[in-house]
Amino acid sequence: MTATTLEDADRRKAWGFAAPALLWTLAFFVVPFLFMAAMSLWKREGREIVRVWNLDNYLRFFSESALLQGLVNSLEITVIVTVLSVLLAYPLAWIIAERVPKRFQRMALILAILPFWTSYVVRSYSWLLVLSKNGVINQMLTGLGLIAEPLEIASTRTATVIGFVHFFVMLLTLTIYSNLIQLSPNYRRAAADLGANAFQTFWHVVLPLTLPGIMTGAFLTFVLCIGDYVTPQILGGNNELVLPQIIMLQLGRRADFPMAAALSIILMLAVTVAYVLCARWLKIERA
Amino acid sequence: MMQSVRDGAHQRRFFSSVAASAIVATSLVSAPAPAFATEELNALVWCDHTDPALVEPFEKANDVKVNLKVYEGTGAALSILDQSRPGDWDVLVIDGVDVHRAIDLDLLAEMPADALPTSDIFPEVRMEANNTKDGKTYAVTEKFGYNTISYDKSKVDPKDMQDLSVIWSDKYKGRIALYDYYLPMIGLVGLGLGKKTAELTEADMPAIKEKLAAMRAMSKQVSDVVSSQTALATGEVDILVGGGEWITAVLSADKPNLDWTIPEQGAVRWAQSIGVMKDSSKQDLALKFVQYIVSPEGQARLATSSCYWAMPANSKAGEHLTDQQKAALRFNEQAEYLKKTQLYPIPSTELDQQFQDAWTEMLQQ
Repeated sequence: MTATTLEDADRRKAWGFAAPALLWTLAFFVVPFLFMAAMSLWKREGREIVRVWNLDNYLRFFSESALLQGLVNSLEITVIVTVLSVLLAYPLAWIIAERVPKRFQRMALILAILPFWTSYVVRSYSWLLVLSKNGVINQMLTGLGLIAEPLEIASTRTATVIGFVHFFVMLLTLTIYSNLIQLSPNYRRAAADLGANAFQTFWHVVLPLTLPGIMTGAFLTFVLCIGDYVTPQILGGNNELVLPQIIMLQLGRRADFPMAAALSIILMLAVTVAYVLCARWLKIERA
Repeated sequence: MMQSVRDGAHQRRFFSSVAASAIVATSLVSAPAPAFATEELNALVWCDHTDPALVEPFEKANDVKVNLKVYEGTGAALSILDQSRPGDWDVLVIDGVDVHRAIDLDLLAEMPADALPTSDIFPEVRMEANNTKDGKTYAVTEKFGYNTISYDKSKVDPKDMQDLSVIWSDKYKGRIALYDYYLPMIGLVGLGLGKKTAELTEADMPAIKEKLAAMRAMSKQVSDVVSSQTALATGEVDILVGGGEWITAVLSADKPNLDWTIPEQGAVRWAQSIGVMKDSSKQDLALKFVQYIVSPEGQARLATSSCYWAMPANSKAGEHLTDQQKAALRFNEQAEYLKKTQLYPIPSTELDQQFQDAWTEMLQQ
């Protein structure tokens, strides 16, 4: 058997292995996505969906400030959540990877992600009770005499951010930890040999080498956060709407699928831009 | 406690309820039916129909298994039906104001009027204009309630709650939750403006928007059923605008300080209807199910469903309710309440769009 024939056989085998995943993606992502994109160019008139190509839904999005504000709110909350989650997750992952003895690391990691095991909805409602006027935090602060009046935390953007950060810190801890434990201790030894102190070693060696883990986690956080409907709905008190809430609003009573599809495409574009930025940045760092 | 929340009374109220998502996730519910039921009935319903105490007696009596799917909002129901094959569904529960949407889509079958206890149904909720077309009956009202004012009587002056303008006065600023469903809420605003809900037009939009903004400025939050009820129960807010017996009745034992009232200007009334699907191959059995639901016994069970409580449409259901249940529902005060309330607006599709846009605008303020 010649080398070419072997290569062809390998290639066929590779396609064979990849085919189920490709077909799955085609059937359940590409085709529905194309259908959604087409629907976003249709229009709802009265009770009918009119299948005439037009940009009305997109024009409406950019002309109505309440809709546009939904995207702005989504982006603001997502950026705040992503940054805070990274800042909190990194030290946690570092402590688990570097300070916890090897035999306890798995247990520490399980404890760190334990809240993942509870229902997302239940967790959000639990936060609502914790953050409410008569909740644990306010009772503790007033009990200690630190505040006279309860803080207004529930039903605010702060509550939404707290709910999100609690969830995403767990996710980021996993991605950063997996990156940290792969780092050879020789990098730090080499840096120390060259006279770098602990901070310089971290800043110039460890941090750049763990950026892929940070960026992977940050991108996942961005994607999951910007598309989330549950947390802002429960914890935000509808004091501002994010884009997924506006999408849901189009569907409930009016069943305005073309408008909901257009808003979803806009949301996907935001995620795509985030991906392009992350991918480019990571590439530069690796180079 | 939260499981008892009434979160299905009409589409937005249910749609916006995140807890409802959990119900929907497990929504193809089948009560423990007879082990060897000879037939099955598929019903697209609101969550109050999933209480086994309601469905089981019908299943046992008719040797049938009733498969129930809970949906969120008329829009969602129509999508489910659109994606189903003709005959997949036998019974539909739908918002009283949307029955004509279903009739126009040729989804509902005509029901023989004499097979329904129409004369026993409270006259104000018979809603012939909604449930019938061209003299033919397509649905029957099964349950109703009010979007009005719920409050904590230990924290606010109950006399203040008799005036609807309290919702945009600054006396209770920051202590008010607004129920997140634009139709009844705009209806309430209309009543506050001295307009009948059925007479709201595009010309009223500027005044409605102004009052919505004023109401928003006084509120702490705009929330779905579960969040609203949680806020009221935990003292996060003291007033819920848009609430009613469906918020407080289920809490009456645990939270006797929570109450509701209908202000002098009146309040908005909601109603849910039930009908037989036109393409059902089990028309007789489906009609039998509808008859059971609107019978006095079925009505008492539906009114006190574990999902949410609200008034039974059949006035004879009182015979099957306990005194405590009747007190929580204010069963004996319905004559006065019905006079003071109006069905929530049934806007044209264009006006509906304007209502929704105004609501979205208000939420972003």
